[in-house]
Amino acid sequence: MYADDATVRPHYSPYAEWLAETPGDRILEKRAEADTLFRRAGITFAVYGDEIGTERLIPFDIVPRIIPAGEWSGLQRGLRQRVTALNAFLHDVYHDQEILKAGLIPPEQVLCNVQYRPEMQGLNLPMDVYAHIAGIDLVRAGAGEYYVLEDNLRVPSGVSYMLEDRKAMMRLFPELFARYSVAPVEHYPDLLLETLRAVAPGGVRDPTVVLLTPGAHNSAYFEHAFLAQQMGIELVEGQDLFVDDEVVYMRTTQGPQRVDVIYRRIDDDFLDPLAFRPDSMLGVPGLLAAYRAGRVAISNAVGTGIADDKSTYPYVPEMIRFYLGEEPILANVPTWILRRPEDLAHVLAHLDELVVKEVHGAGGYGMLIGPRASRAEIEAFRERIIADPARYIAQPTLALSACPTFVESGLAPRHVDLRPFVLSGRDIVMVPGGLTRVALREGSLVVNSSQGGGTKDTWVLAC
Amino acid sequence: MLSRTADHLYWMSRYTERAENLARMLDVNCRMTLLRQEEDVVRRRWTSTLATVGQLEPFLAAHGVVTQASAIDWISFERSNPGSIDQCLDRARDNAHAVRGTLTSETWETLNATWLEIRRFRRDTVSSQAPGDFFEWVKFRSHLARGVIQGTMLQDDALEFTLLGTYLERADNTARILDARFEFLAPEAAKSDDAGDYYEWSALLRSVSAFEIYRKVYRDLITPRRVAELLILREAMPRSLRHCMSRVQQTLVRVANSRSAETQRRAGEIHATLQYGRIEDALEEGLRNYLSGFLERTSDLGARIARDFLVSEATA
Repeated sequence: MYADDATVRPHYSPYAEWLAETPGDRILEKRAEADTLFRRAGITFAVYGDEIGTERLIPFDIVPRIIPAGEWSGLQRGLRQRVTALNAFLHDVYHDQEILKAGLIPPEQVLCNVQYRPEMQGLNLPMDVYAHIAGIDLVRAGAGEYYVLEDNLRVPSGVSYMLEDRKAMMRLFPELFARYSVAPVEHYPDLLLETLRAVAPGGVRDPTVVLLTPGAHNSAYFEHAFLAQQMGIELVEGQDLFVDDEVVYMRTTQGPQRVDVIYRRIDDDFLDPLAFRPDSMLGVPGLLAAYRAGRVAISNAVGTGIADDKSTYPYVPEMIRFYLGEEPILANVPTWILRRPEDLAHVLAHLDELVVKEVHGAGGYGMLIGPRASRAEIEAFRERIIADPARYIAQPTLALSACPTFVESGLAPRHVDLRPFVLSGRDIVMVPGGLTRVALREGSLVVNSSQGGGTKDTWVLAC
Repeated sequence: MLSRTADHLYWMSRYTERAENLARMLDVNCRMTLLRQEEDVVRRRWTSTLATVGQLEPFLAAHGVVTQASAIDWISFERSNPGSIDQCLDRARDNAHAVRGTLTSETWETLNATWLEIRRFRRDTVSSQAPGDFFEWVKFRSHLARGVIQGTMLQDDALEFTLLGTYLERADNTARILDARFEFLAPEAAKSDDAGDYYEWSALLRSVSAFEIYRKVYRDLITPRRVAELLILREAMPRSLRHCMSRVQQTLVRVANSRSAETQRRAGEIHATLQYGRIEDALEEGLRNYLSGFLERTSDLGARIARDFLVSEATA
């Protein structure tokens, strides 16, 4: 919100004026109202290993994060480019592996990665698209440039909060929308359904799409139910589906009904106990065989994890050059790859300045934030790195931008990131904006909801 | 629609309806004890109520002695009692939660709000001092849920299975309420013009919202024969067995599938017995006998509905 010299950035000034005019107790009232809205609607997420609060509200902050139109159009071009290259990479890796032959990525790093799924080798998918839904995590740092922090290409979540946050803001502060021309995001479910229908197996004219959820106890269950409802498709669990002669059916009150597209919100490992983890109760026996026979579409495709793995991340700029012949529009955060001896040496010498991440970690777990860690924590982490360097990457701590946020003491800056959702079917489409997550603890860089993160409405200005 | 979804909707409405009828049953008992407060009468009444809802044994195991306050507390709030109002509302909400995408948001929010709000009642005060407000609240929340369901949900199979649960549960519950009262009020005893009996019968009618209806329909003294007729055979009485079974039968016709012919036939048979039956014959047979036969047949119907629609076979 503020530029370097503590002046209000121009696109925040109508908000700052509104804030100055609005009495403080009205703001407090609205905060309480927001809480009631979310609680009554049951917009909750489940926290694992927490028996008391198995359903918790995600904290919602009433200060919007505002992005000028020009800034967004740059981001949009960059996202389109990046997702195109990632899908090209997935197709290549599961076909001719040109990028490995060209020596741009060490083959063993891809082929020995658990996220690489040999089952996908040689399989042709409609329109060659693998990651139909991508959630790309961006941060803004330093002088205002954006960096890609992470590509989420497996089962990216959070889009329901983007939509619910907007709904809440419009209900709580209609007057603010009179001061800003905010680009709409409410049509996201339509775009998603269109994308899912577009990737149905060839020859199916009116595909039946379902959303496969692990069930009501999953942390993102609210979102699964929400999206299924918004798209008007069935929300199914593994037990609702069965495969007969390589065709997938769901069990209905009128008998079996054929399913053409499965928008799955469960990981590869749990999809099919016959193909992957045999102890999975969430999946559908025989699903992979039906998929490989081209009788059903699975979205995102099986095996997309190889493209968003943290060990693959450093190579994305190379992918863009290799497949598209373009320079990357969105920058990667500079990354040291600890399997490289020279990078390892540098990182070990600068552990107190760097962020070290486990390549397979997620949700902000399994990482070291050097500048905030104690001596002992750093030394303990050093042992773990030396034991298996290939498991880690390291990045500099960025001077992340902050957004004003209501906390106990009033308005204060808190770090934010942004996850736009990019849909790839017949075309690449996205709604302007995304999910803004905010680290509510002072100074914290971790925005994950499981670790005290909250959300904000994201306003991309229409002009 | 998905069999599992239908199952959740069906149980969501069964549990909501059950909570309402438990509240009705408790309410009538509380009113009656205002009339006759002898200790053994009160104990007998609550013992019978616990038996009616099938909870006497677990209650005795937990409490030993039946008192009004402990019985109200047990049926209203006891979390270890799966048949308590609290647990019924909890399960109604759990089932709604599992299919919240199928429900309108108003429906889901109503059930969720009920589940959140029951915690604002203090169980010690409710059970010993003012249970009436609590029972009113439970009934009101059930009315609200039903109203929201009928006023907002698409008229498709989801609504059908929701209604199926409501009416099957209500048929069962009305039969049980009636059965419990007839245990105390043997027809021959009720033939006398004892004022006490008048109050017993009027309390029973009130517990199923039928007091004014009785007046309107019969414009005469309250007699057990007519009460039984009203609650069993009157099509126009929304809580009567005949009305409920008529709705069940109609719903089954609308959701029929290739497996359900026998289930439909049995529902039709139960309904026909009510439609063409005479109350004299039921009283002749003995009303308690008649009702337990009815309960057996509806429970069989419930099992058949589950098998035909709700629990799906792998390649049916």
